[in-house]
Amino acid sequence: MSERLIFETGQPGRANTYFPNGRTADEFLPASALRDALPLPDNSELDVVRHFTRLSQKTFAIDTGFYPLGSCTMKYNPRVNEAMASQPGFKDLHPYAPDPLAQGALRVMYELERSLSAIFGMSAFSLNPAAGAHAELTALLIAKAYFAKIGQGASRTTVIVPDTAHGTNPASAAMVGYKVISLPSDARGRVGLEELKAAIGDDTAVCMMTNPNTLGLFEDHIHEIAEAVHAVGGLMYYDGANANALMGNARPGDMGFDLMHLNLHKTFSIPHGGGGAGHGPVGVAERLVPFLPVPIVTLDESGAYHLEHEREDAIGTMRSFWSNFSHAVRALTYIYANGGEGLTRVSQLAVLNANYVRARVKEFLPTPYDETCRHEFVATAQELKRETGVRALDIAKALLDRGYHAPTVYFPLLVPECLMIEPTETESKETLDGFIAALRDVVETAKRDPQAILDAPVHTVVGRIDETRAARHPDLRWVG
Amino acid sequence: MYAPHTDSDIAEMLAVVGVSSLEELVEVPDAVAIAGPLDVPPSLPEIELAAKIAGYAKANTAVGYTSFLGAGAYRHYCPPVVMSLAMRGEFLTAYTPYQAEVSQGYLQAIYEWQTYVCLLTGLDIANASVYDGATALAEGAIMAVNATGRRAILVSRAVHPNYRAVLRTYARGLELDVEELPVAPDGTTDTTNLEARLADKRFAAVVVQSPNFFGSIDAPAADVVAAIKATGTILIGVVAEAMSLAVLATPASWGAEIAVGEGQSFGNPVAYGGPYVGFIASTKEHMRRIPGRLVGRSVDNRGNDAFTLTLQAREQHIRREKATSNICTNQAHCALVATIYLAAVGASGLRRAAVLNVERTYALAERVAAIDGFSRALGAPVFNEVAVRVPATFGAARVLAELERRSILGGVDLGRWYPEFADCVLMNATEVTTPEDIDALCVALGDIAAAARESAAVHV
Repeated sequence: MSERLIFETGQPGRANTYFPNGRTADEFLPASALRDALPLPDNSELDVVRHFTRLSQKTFAIDTGFYPLGSCTMKYNPRVNEAMASQPGFKDLHPYAPDPLAQGALRVMYELERSLSAIFGMSAFSLNPAAGAHAELTALLIAKAYFAKIGQGASRTTVIVPDTAHGTNPASAAMVGYKVISLPSDARGRVGLEELKAAIGDDTAVCMMTNPNTLGLFEDHIHEIAEAVHAVGGLMYYDGANANALMGNARPGDMGFDLMHLNLHKTFSIPHGGGGAGHGPVGVAERLVPFLPVPIVTLDESGAYHLEHEREDAIGTMRSFWSNFSHAVRALTYIYANGGEGLTRVSQLAVLNANYVRARVKEFLPTPYDETCRHEFVATAQELKRETGVRALDIAKALLDRGYHAPTVYFPLLVPECLMIEPTETESKETLDGFIAALRDVVETAKRDPQAILDAPVHTVVGRIDETRAARHPDLRWVG
Repeated sequence: MYAPHTDSDIAEMLAVVGVSSLEELVEVPDAVAIAGPLDVPPSLPEIELAAKIAGYAKANTAVGYTSFLGAGAYRHYCPPVVMSLAMRGEFLTAYTPYQAEVSQGYLQAIYEWQTYVCLLTGLDIANASVYDGATALAEGAIMAVNATGRRAILVSRAVHPNYRAVLRTYARGLELDVEELPVAPDGTTDTTNLEARLADKRFAAVVVQSPNFFGSIDAPAADVVAAIKATGTILIGVVAEAMSLAVLATPASWGAEIAVGEGQSFGNPVAYGGPYVGFIASTKEHMRRIPGRLVGRSVDNRGNDAFTLTLQAREQHIRREKATSNICTNQAHCALVATIYLAAVGASGLRRAAVLNVERTYALAERVAAIDGFSRALGAPVFNEVAVRVPATFGAARVLAELERRSILGGVDLGRWYPEFADCVLMNATEVTTPEDIDALCVALGDIAAAARESAAVHV
């Protein structure tokens, strides 16, 4: 049942009266400054409510079901976070409110910054970047400024990125003008120390890694890798997309990382909101602190908080205003709800859930790296495809029919017909058992009756979509 | 704790995995093992947690003040229906709609947002959103660089200082030159030398903002636009106050090929700076250069209309270092809030709200200018902000401090960014500004003016 576009419903004058009818713009402004007609629809408030309620009902979410999307950490979003962020004291606070009248907000930012530094072993964090990719860009700009400062700006031109890295890593490097060197993983799914040593040198600016990597494996030579990169004068960057595996157990700072980012919308329970807003704080080791973007929250001896806007070596600022502040409230609420022990437990249970699913799934779908994983793992449908023609994509669609969101598919790129599964710690054993049974049913059905899987999904509001047509004949907006 | 595991669950699951304890499961090499417990306070039960964080919120006393703060973040009325719909868990806790078959609702909402942005800006296409207005400008500039192959941007000094700062930050990464156009005495962009500066065809884009940072309507005149286009330079129009689009001439109508801006005003709270919602719209010609997510309408295998993410060959997860941008996250939920806001208020409501902004700002300007020692600093027509010159003997900072003592936030001190406007305060009025607010401000300013005269007299 398709829902009509909001532009195809309503009648002029049908909207509720939200504002008094005042004068007209031409009483104040010259006609040349004014626009023609405003061609937007007027719908009744009830019609608006029904429209968006129906749209919400056609949207899969954590609140509606299990969402094992690898590398996205789709954990439960506690509602106390929403209640805290929506208090008038936070939501109605203007970014240009004078510091003495915004002490509560500055305290939130300060305490979040201190907490993140403690949890991840960095000297300081900036809450300025809006999301993970934005944070990567920020961190690489910090690296670039640092090398310029020490007189190596011209010679440090390359960034090392393992082939398991998120696509944002090389894209961010390109935005800072760095040449990307892709590093193949070794047979164990890790960065090979010898290959790394061959790739780095005087021209290495940054080595970008995530640990655990996107195969869900801990880079057990991380200490040696960091030593090698540091030996040639390069910096180590930690992509925090997979930080949910680490809390209370290991810290990027102790592993030798000089720069890192976090996705607060993953590890720290901020709702993903359909693809954003996120929040991507950047953490740095001590020698890079002067380059952090402004503003920075400081605490003076009298106990007052300040926003510092001027710092000589700062890379500048990354966004219109200070931070995705509402998300800082949510993240701090989450940290204080859990406490240090609780966060440690969060990571342990995230790893337990992933390993439990892995141990059960490998009974019917191969897991190419057969060892203890961290918060996520990969399985492959390569064999199944050979036997039955059913691909990872088909499995994903068949899972939708069974009431589950699909895992991430075809990523990381080095595993053919890859399914990347991250259950998160907030799912119960019963939910995991249900998912495992559904996945088993898909694989068994594929062997018995592959067409049934190739035809999936059939229980969703629409079937498979013609993406070629979408790209060849782009229809990106309604036109009357 | 939000994890549901009982001790017996954990024991059973560990047995399946074949590991004896949680600690063993997460073991790392000694060289990188953590030294001790996390230095984070112990967990709080929710009742105590809520009281603690509520205490932080209450410490933000500014929210109880009468406010004339704008400058890129605008206080507007948001009908309750907007958040009651936007906060539905299906919207709040979904992710990027990669699995289109189970995300048709959100995809349609984004498609509607893209359409709203097109209708408001007058341009052909719009993306699903970017982080905010400032990053939208940086991304728009990169589009122009990619379209022209030129590596310099000419930006009006009347563009929001924070937007220019972000543009410079991005430009350092890409090693682009950023140069500025001066501000004329009336508070609009000075284009007198523009033609000469464009002659060597070095600039990928000229960037102007309207209404500009001073609130002044600053759409370039037709002959200026013609001069820009004659050199193959792209005109980027910045709209930092989306509400203005309801009444002012669209960026497309004044010749912008790319329009970028901030959509916060549509239902999103000021929230101490974020999250907000940047938009990018452009002519069709730039479709494959636009960064970030795009939702398209196609058909499914049953013959139904269906929505999907499209033109993904531009994006980082496919193209990696050759992508049009590294952007991955968009501001979907803020864009959803804006979409629901626009759907609720409709054309009639949006226009009324926008006209009220103009009306109250002109009322504010007139009343303040009538106070001895205060005047409008700039002559150009404005939308919802006005630059006010204060008595030089006092200076903007002292006037604002005096107002603060009377629980009024009078605006921002323009001298912070513009030394030539050191005696000026940028004041904002919107539909939420009441006549009583303006009265309170004017009474306070009258007192301050009297004190200024007195102290001047004493010094004489």
